[in-house]
Amino acid sequence: MATYNTSEFKSGLKFIMDGDPYTIVENEFVKPGKGQAFSRVRIRNLKTNRVIEKTFKSGEKVEAADVMEIDMEYLYEDGEFWHFMEPTSFEQHAAGEAAVTDVKFWLKAQEQYIVTLWNGAPLSITPPNFIELKITECDPGVQGNTAQGATKPAIVETGAQIKVPLFVEEGEVVKIDTRTGEYLSRAKEA
Amino acid sequence: MSWKPATAHTTRQLRAQMLHDIRAFFLQKNVLEVETPALSQAGNTDPFIESFQLNQEIEQDNSPRYLHTSPEYAMKRLLADNSGDIYQICKVWRASETGRNHNPEFTMLEWYRVGFHYHQLIQEVTELLLSLLPSVEKNTVIIAYKTLFIDTFGINPHQTNQRELANCVQKNISGLATNNLDQQALLDALLTHCIEPEFDKKSLTFIIDYPAEQSALAQLRTEKNYQVAERFEVYLGTSELANGYQEEISYQRNLEILDTENAHRKTNQQTIVTQDKHFLHAMKAGMPVTSGVAIGLDRILMILANVKSIQEVINFPWESA
Repeated sequence: MATYNTSEFKSGLKFIMDGDPYTIVENEFVKPGKGQAFSRVRIRNLKTNRVIEKTFKSGEKVEAADVMEIDMEYLYEDGEFWHFMEPTSFEQHAAGEAAVTDVKFWLKAQEQYIVTLWNGAPLSITPPNFIELKITECDPGVQGNTAQGATKPAIVETGAQIKVPLFVEEGEVVKIDTRTGEYLSRAKEA
Repeated sequence: MSWKPATAHTTRQLRAQMLHDIRAFFLQKNVLEVETPALSQAGNTDPFIESFQLNQEIEQDNSPRYLHTSPEYAMKRLLADNSGDIYQICKVWRASETGRNHNPEFTMLEWYRVGFHYHQLIQEVTELLLSLLPSVEKNTVIIAYKTLFIDTFGINPHQTNQRELANCVQKNISGLATNNLDQQALLDALLTHCIEPEFDKKSLTFIIDYPAEQSALAQLRTEKNYQVAERFEVYLGTSELANGYQEEISYQRNLEILDTENAHRKTNQQTIVTQDKHFLHAMKAGMPVTSGVAIGLDRILMILANVKSIQEVINFPWESA
């Protein structure tokens, strides 16, 4: 079983604690000149995304987590699993509800996602920061109205509900920031 | 990977000016600049400091050498030979100390004042630091280790026990397991996590009179029911700048300290370090009453250059050395 010593700690290092995989967000080495050294870390639980603080005595060991982040293409959903594919090997991975729950509304076929695998199984999915999606439902556009700030609700092809400016029409493709869920612009014509 | 220095040119100029100012300070005070070996046959036995050990690949002599972690032992040999007041500016090495405030290779200023009481040395350290650091305000605080622990936790650190300290850590520091921490580690955890963050960021704080177990090579003083180590540490905010002692001059006690340190290493399954016999012989010959202090000069430079990490004041820090 691979382990890491606290002296190997750095941002991005992944290890297991209390049965869950964690990644180090921030590591600070604290040591009085003539005393005990500690590693003060902020770590993110890769299952829950919760960030906690923890202090390790220098020299302590943690169990390495077999966690990998791989770019994959989203394929389809079958009601139980969401399927992704590694574009070079064509190897497919099925992600369960828990892994996709935060990003379900940003899953679009053939789009690239970062899939975090833990012990070979998808643990979480990170969407691209920007995604282009088609509007499937919204009130008719008000031509010429480009007033700043005025918006109306709209639903996109993945089911996400967003706010768009009044001039946007059903059937149009718009660019969205997946981190905030905000409309950015109309997509440029292909 | 970049070949370029990690420093700004202005930082290099600040370092050169700082070294010049320090030398001028000691010249004016008639303290002699000296040099001692960086590579020694003996190492630092202190269980909280790890030396780099080097092997010589020659047949005639395959005994290891240690890179010094401070020039303390050798400078005390000079003191025992009646060198009088001395200072040294040198590189020192401490294995596996890396972080925002630590680089395993760093520059130390160490000096000794014969006949000084450690409170006199505190005055001189203040004088030097305030002259080097014009941005630091002059309302220096000198506070006893005991007062800090009583004010913050209601615990007398000289008369406490492991259980009381473990409870205190559990209450005040989230996410630190106490089961494998001894009494000193618990005190260090409370000091670094809860007390240091409260220190003034604009003026110096001196902590004085440490628990006897943390004496290192400092002299002990007997209070009513316990002993304290006549030691001080200097901080600006949480940055620890210097560490000074009323030096222990008894041969017997210096021998005991070195033995205890190696015994501690054995218990914790750390490498046993070759004791400095030359140092012990010098102590037997007799060292005058002296106070001594060491300052981490890279941390002084961090303040001068107004940067957040030590790597920004070292031309080629550990990762790119």
